[in-house]
Amino acid sequence: MMSTIIQTDNLSYAYPGDEETAATVALDGVTLKIERGSFVVVLGHNGSGKSTLAKTFNAVLLPGGGTAYVDGMDTKDESLLLEIRRRIGMVFQNPDNQIVANVVEEDVAFAPENLGVPTAEIRQRVDDALEAVGMTEFTLHAPHLLSGGQKQRIAIAGVLAMLPECIVLDEATAMLDPMGRREVLNVIEGLHREKNITVVLITHHMNEAEHADRVLVMNDGRIAMDGTPREVFSRAEELAAYGLAVPDTVALLRALKASGVEVATDALTVEDCAAAIVAAFS
Amino acid sequence: MEEIIRVENLTHTYGIGTPFQRSAVEDLTMSVYRGELLGLIGHTGSGKSTLIQHLNGLLKPTEGRVLLDGRDIWEEPKKIRDVRFRVGLVFQYPEYQLFEETAYKDIAFGPTNMGLKGDELDARIRASARFAGLDESLLDKSPFALSGGQKRRVAIAGVIAMEPEVLVLDEPGAGLDPRGREELLEHIRAYHRERGNTVVLVSHSMEEIARYADRIVVLSRGRTLMSGTPREVFAHGSALMRAGLGVPQPTRIAMELRRRGLNVDPAVYTVEELRDALLALRKGGAR
Repeated sequence: MMSTIIQTDNLSYAYPGDEETAATVALDGVTLKIERGSFVVVLGHNGSGKSTLAKTFNAVLLPGGGTAYVDGMDTKDESLLLEIRRRIGMVFQNPDNQIVANVVEEDVAFAPENLGVPTAEIRQRVDDALEAVGMTEFTLHAPHLLSGGQKQRIAIAGVLAMLPECIVLDEATAMLDPMGRREVLNVIEGLHREKNITVVLITHHMNEAEHADRVLVMNDGRIAMDGTPREVFSRAEELAAYGLAVPDTVALLRALKASGVEVATDALTVEDCAAAIVAAFS
Repeated sequence: MEEIIRVENLTHTYGIGTPFQRSAVEDLTMSVYRGELLGLIGHTGSGKSTLIQHLNGLLKPTEGRVLLDGRDIWEEPKKIRDVRFRVGLVFQYPEYQLFEETAYKDIAFGPTNMGLKGDELDARIRASARFAGLDESLLDKSPFALSGGQKRRVAIAGVIAMEPEVLVLDEPGAGLDPRGREELLEHIRAYHRERGNTVVLVSHSMEEIARYADRIVVLSRGRTLMSGTPREVFAHGSALMRAGLGVPQPTRIAMELRRRGLNVDPAVYTVEELRDALLALRKGGAR
């Protein structure tokens, strides 16, 4: 099995214009490799190309130039589409736009049904998927009556029912409140940790990168930064130039350092930040 | 401080008599004071959306009253439309309400319905666009040819154009990136200062509320949990977290520092305040 699950070679994409506007270049030569089992966060301001990039990962969008490969398969090959989408599941931003059924279990069963999975196995997959996202008690519930965070968890369950190797989340928490966001992130982090599912998280919330292995920062359709969360968040001025901000934890440590306190400036989480400050003060 | 809006023992029940009967707001009392920038916080399901739709009479109370300038807004139900000119409501993702051929015409809709025309209307449209941070060059464009952020500014301008005494914004920064959020909130703050009217800002972002609000009302499960200045409210960090709400990250850091034995004031809610508090602690001889 290849260790690289997603690869792009000089990938470009432009949204077509019309009589009034020119085409918008969204991706301008992106080359990257995503390893199996990794947790990658893609950050970028609105318009940086991050969502466009995510959509090339399972052929929602096809490259305008260059190539995208999933598990070695060229996404432009129509005959391989089903295999590609079996491996890469996507969760989008708007919880309401992803509901197709009146009953939660039917919504989750949608994909395996369409893939021709035998009925007994569908039942098993649906139950496992709902358990993995902590929504078992809502199995017979009406999806549209759930909260935003719950709907997104159902969307994730629907993806899990395909037994994907990788889940791409395109700003999937953008329309959720902090509690809903936390719920979704906990599920995703758990899936990565326990089932070794590759996660690609597109977001502009810096703190969602806390548990990531790797952070990619997009700007003007290109990858501007690529490193571990610590490496990336230590470069605050660059992040600001790309329309992003460091989390308050890092901002505080940097502010203290600038005022003469000898303190490490790369702690991301509240706990690590507090520990660093306590260490510097004793 | 003078009350401009008073919500008294408000209850709103959806689906009465059906299996889905649910009181989204229950016996809720709160005030909005003239001239303030009020922050309204509450998790999903706390009753926020239901509450704000009562402020401009889009929903009718099941029980209780809503007073504008001391008068029940439902006293003369036929005149409820006038309330909507005085209390302007910007829904979440307002760009979905745009419908006209040009941004200019869309912004004109509200004031035209109020009877404005000619030069007065034109001046009002341009001033509103300016307040919302919308460049004049975009006024002739179709709203649908604009970016998401620009569309949002058109929608906000459309409500500002009615010169409401109270402007209510439900998560105006939702879906915008950090820079976009900051720009928009700064525009709203500048608008509030220049117009001197009353603004109610509904937000999930504690940091945002901490930065912009004069006063905060916290909702939980259809009721008012607490209200006060940001300092007063964020001092109750544990209660807020128990109610499923966040506290600004700086406040959480301060709480964690206290847990680890550092005597930091837990009522700080910005990075700058916490830095200053820590530096002061150091000077005074930390342990």
